Amino acid sequence: MEFKVIVFWILAVVLVFASLRVITARNSVHAVLYLVLAFFNAAGIWMLLQAEFLAIALVLVYVGAVMVLFLFVLMMLDINFDSMRVGFRSHIPLAAGVGVLTVVQMAMVLWTKVQDTTPPVGATGQAGYSNTKSLGMVIYTQYVYAVEIAAVILLVAIVAAIALTLRRRKETKYQNPSQQIGVRRADRVRILNIAASPRDETKP
Amino acid sequence: MELNLYPVLPETLLLCAVSLLLIADLFVSDANRHLSYWFTQLTLLACAAVTLATWQPAPIHTFSNMVVDDWMSDVLKLGSYLSVSLMLFYGRDYMRDRGLFKGEFFSLTLFSLLGVMVMISANHLLTLYLGLELMSLSLYALVAMHRDRRECAEAAMKYFVLGALASGLLLYGMSMIYGATGTLDINGIFTAIYGGRANMSLLVFGLVFLVSGIAFKLGAVPYHMWVPDVYDGAPTAVTVLIGTAPKLAAFAFVMRLLVTGLQPLVADWHAMLLILSVLSMIVGNLTAIAQTNLKRMLAYSTIANMGFMLLGFVAGISRQDPLIGYSAAMFYTIAYVMTTVASFGIIMLLSRKGFESDKIDDLKGLNQRSPWYAFLVMIIMFSLAGVPLTVGFFAKLTVIEAVIGVGYYWLAVVAVMASLVGAYYYLRIVKLMYFDEPVDNSAITVRGDAHFVFSVNGMALLVLGIIPQPLLMLCYKALHVSF
Repeated sequence: MEFKVIVFWILAVVLVFASLRVITARNSVHAVLYLVLAFFNAAGIWMLLQAEFLAIALVLVYVGAVMVLFLFVLMMLDINFDSMRVGFRSHIPLAAGVGVLTVVQMAMVLWTKVQDTTPPVGATGQAGYSNTKSLGMVIYTQYVYAVEIAAVILLVAIVAAIALTLRRRKETKYQNPSQQIGVRRADRVRILNIAASPRDETKP
Repeated sequence: MELNLYPVLPETLLLCAVSLLLIADLFVSDANRHLSYWFTQLTLLACAAVTLATWQPAPIHTFSNMVVDDWMSDVLKLGSYLSVSLMLFYGRDYMRDRGLFKGEFFSLTLFSLLGVMVMISANHLLTLYLGLELMSLSLYALVAMHRDRRECAEAAMKYFVLGALASGLLLYGMSMIYGATGTLDINGIFTAIYGGRANMSLLVFGLVFLVSGIAFKLGAVPYHMWVPDVYDGAPTAVTVLIGTAPKLAAFAFVMRLLVTGLQPLVADWHAMLLILSVLSMIVGNLTAIAQTNLKRMLAYSTIANMGFMLLGFVAGISRQDPLIGYSAAMFYTIAYVMTTVASFGIIMLLSRKGFESDKIDDLKGLNQRSPWYAFLVMIIMFSLAGVPLTVGFFAKLTVIEAVIGVGYYWLAVVAVMASLVGAYYYLRIVKLMYFDEPVDNSAITVRGDAHFVFSVNGMALLVLGIIPQPLLMLCYKALHVSF
């Protein structure tokens, strides 16, 4: 067996294991850490495919930025994850059974017929070939429309996040400093001139 | 590289208008929010004008074949503008009474419309998927916008999770198609399969995932479980948005991906759509009978109607002229969208502050409260049921004719039986309106413009039912020129 194939199998097995642990880990911080492991292995597989730009972007963007944010969010949330997992064990036999069955069926279909292991077509084998360069050549020319739409999707994400979270709760009490500073005596104190009157003896 | 921006002019205009709206709306106070509203309506009108002005006699491809502008896309886009505009007309008071008459509502609505337009014009798996995500993400947020209602949050969560699952299925299928053919271009996929360069077993395998993903988005049985909950939980204006323009986009999705790109696999996807169609018609119509909530009933009616729409695609296997089936499906989709806007529109028009007119019993005795509205609702229900002289009748007739044309007599019988079952629950509403005593006698107050637009909408269902030929011919011509 070639060295590359061995590396692929190691990465693939660890990737599947880590992905499984993401959904089964008791501690949600552990789940995020397993997700980081899964991303690393996926990046490794991309590296094997000579897509080094995507691999590095995955590590930098997802592992470096997104997952760290995830960890922060998780630590700030106070959720009782055990209560959310009620019924997880009782559903496992059915869910696992259906899942395994699907995987086996898919494998049976593909195993016998797809034995085509030729590497993907492309100029990847040439000396001096740069994945980053060829990506840079097409991304704002051939695929500019898709890039623009992806940009709009990010804009929608921002708008949606703000629309859903920025709202004034009715019960929230808040102060307006400019009003507090600009207060005048006449706003707060009212001097009444009450005429003196004799005491009413009939009332208790 | 030559770049022709002409075909994407409506999309460009819409994007510029939304960006402007996003900024300008910040300076508009709540009392003047109608400015944003009218700006949105004006944008839709301008988009329609631009779409008409850039109408092309032959399909034009641009952006390295990622976008196509043809008759079909223009007709479907005009339908989308119209449905969104009608939704805004009917939903204006409804949204304001619920504190949702905000700038984000308009911008997200227009963003979802942009996604619909991108999907309709897509000629590349990448654009198809990105358009779908743009549309879905905006819709998820819109469903959740009514934060104070628990049902909305629940509906948004279900919609989001199942929508993400469907997107995952679609992506998985697309990746397999890419693996089998080596291209993402829809015409390229066709040539690769036709030239015998594709790995067939991988292709069929990917097709299964694609069809599942599409069925999820359409809400066809057995991928329909989200439809009633989301339709019921979302604010009604958003329900209209989910139930109309995306259906037009889904039609375009099937036309582009299955009919154009995977045409050589027609025998495979034809059978899958056949099963989806039969199950949807039966399950949708039978379950709708048991509903007491009007929105849930209409949701199950959507499921059944999507089954009927798929019949048109089933008829596309025809050797003589597959376009008869496809144009029937297109006519069905447009007729369904026009009817759905009106059917949810009446819920919004009859609702008041703090009162959601979404029970079937709320329509009791509508004739005594407002004979004109009762008449219009009767037309809508007749159209949904497929009673002659309404557009729904011709929609059902054309798809069933197309199915008979390819020799599926048993399927036609199933379709007719299913629509007979459906007639029961649609006609029950007509009975409640005319023969029962009203439960609540409060006056119906509707804005003048909404009243006028609703009346035109209702009468259009009748007029198109009496003279359906122009629209039928337009659908056929559009597909004939486009494919």
